[in-house]
Amino acid sequence: MSVDQATVRRIARLARIRISDNEVPKLEGELNHILGWIEMMDEVDTDNVEPMTSVVESTMRLREDVVNDGGYPEQITGNAPATDENFFMVPKVVE
Amino acid sequence: MSELLKLTIAQARDALKQGQFKATELAEAYISAVEAARPLNAYIVETPDKAREMAAASDERIARGEAGALEGIPLGIKDLFATKGIHTQACSHILDQFKPAYESTVTANLWADGAVMLGKLNMDEFAMGSSNENSYYGPVKNPWRAKGSNVDLVPGGSSGGSAAAVAAHICAGATATDTGGSIRQPAAFTGTVGIKPTYGRVSRWGIVAFASSLDQAGPIARDVRDAAILLKSMASVDLKDTTSADIEVPDYEAVIGNSIKGMKIGIPAEYRMDGMPAEVEALWQKGIDWLRDAGAEIVNISLPHTKYALPAYYIVAPAEASSNLARYDGVRYGLRVPGDDIVSMYENTRAEGFGAEVRRRIMIGTYVLSAGYYDAYYVKAQKVRTLIKRDFEASFADGVDAILTPATPTAAFGIADQDMASDPVKMYLNDIFTVTVNMAGLPGIAVPAGLDAKGLPLGLQLIGRPFDESTLFQIARVIEEQAGRFEPDTWWT
Repeated sequence: MSVDQATVRRIARLARIRISDNEVPKLEGELNHILGWIEMMDEVDTDNVEPMTSVVESTMRLREDVVNDGGYPEQITGNAPATDENFFMVPKVVE
Repeated sequence: MSELLKLTIAQARDALKQGQFKATELAEAYISAVEAARPLNAYIVETPDKAREMAAASDERIARGEAGALEGIPLGIKDLFATKGIHTQACSHILDQFKPAYESTVTANLWADGAVMLGKLNMDEFAMGSSNENSYYGPVKNPWRAKGSNVDLVPGGSSGGSAAAVAAHICAGATATDTGGSIRQPAAFTGTVGIKPTYGRVSRWGIVAFASSLDQAGPIARDVRDAAILLKSMASVDLKDTTSADIEVPDYEAVIGNSIKGMKIGIPAEYRMDGMPAEVEALWQKGIDWLRDAGAEIVNISLPHTKYALPAYYIVAPAEASSNLARYDGVRYGLRVPGDDIVSMYENTRAEGFGAEVRRRIMIGTYVLSAGYYDAYYVKAQKVRTLIKRDFEASFADGVDAILTPATPTAAFGIADQDMASDPVKMYLNDIFTVTVNMAGLPGIAVPAGLDAKGLPLGLQLIGRPFDESTLFQIARVIEEQAGRFEPDTWWT
């Protein structure tokens, strides 16, 4: 499988990364080179093989369903580029 | 170099307890060395005041007879670990000005044992890279240079700052992380010891996430004993990390010096790669001979899916990274680049905040997870991963105690190497011997084994059974005894 320039633009859009027009051909080449190399995997017969879900066998721990942390919104918003009274500020999204 | 800087962690620990010198004296010696080594660019933030304050507190605890396991030992911390109130940016522009309100479990464990922080160490942005050239703060110079050469070499990556700082004696030991080889490859390039523990051995809480099913923290140290001391302190059972294994942390130092007589060491045929430098091959054979001479039984084994580990990794790791790095959107922390609306604000912020390699991996990850490609790429890679793990399990079921391989296909290469820079896949191949271990969740240690003809360090890797780091330390010590230790000339001051 390989990507064309329209796909490169679509991936960048999905990934929320702005790319300029002159970056597109370069990225197309790089991604196709990497994806072409990855295709080596197709040689492997993976019929009847379970995909890995956990690399080390373990059982998920359970804990009491109670609030055990929080109550410090000023710390949560303390690193944000724009805040107002412990709210994150973003550009207007609703007209 | 000050005599104090030559001491290993074990030596400094014992001397401090006996009152031969004070923790504050040791800290001052390191603070001066850190300043003098700025040309290496290993530290991106120095915290001398914090170091002095922590060392003074160590002296008080030593005086009261309450010294911890790492009391007064000055360490460098990879910029991937959250350190409360102190610069933590994963060496990325997108975390501009980020100062966490919390401490990672690993660093909290180290401070609880009395360790002293010297500063934050350079790394490849978000731990993505094998040369430390992907850092927003610029490349790190390897303290090692080829004999008679002034050419700057890379220290490897992503934990390049950690490995360089340990090799240059500008910290007694360092924290590092390893997703595909990021502890072991830089350790091999700098003549230091680095261990990636079993997945789940060390808590990931408070470590900036790259690929969560592969990431694992571990130490880089000057010798095997120091690595054992550091790992004992870094590892813990942590309820804040759901993948933290509920298994007691053993005393790794206790096994060092024990005989390996009767142990079964596997030599995997598939690690004998085409085009492997003869020196690497010869060193591997030397390692085999050392272990045989020490009484181990050498057996040939097969790990047939080895060559597929790296391609599968370059699906799994970018896929997880694209998801983990979605949080950097210019809203909650770090850089914000304005745009016409909220989507263009996201796009502008991420275009400017992430470096080229990080952007490339996010795009690959986004593609392999996108509708219609998920099964062909991601599910296929996770199936290959199952087969890689089975290969190892079959060997261990046959009684193999550990597997010996080269750590890297070459010694350190030059900064801005044209071959590497022009082809991302060439750079990825640095991890060909280390990445299988992450894919299978196993522990792996890189230990210096010799110098090549140019005088640059080469390392061997030992791969162990899950949660059997002790055996790796025990065998690594045998290699260290035979190979000796390697120190670079101090050219940077």
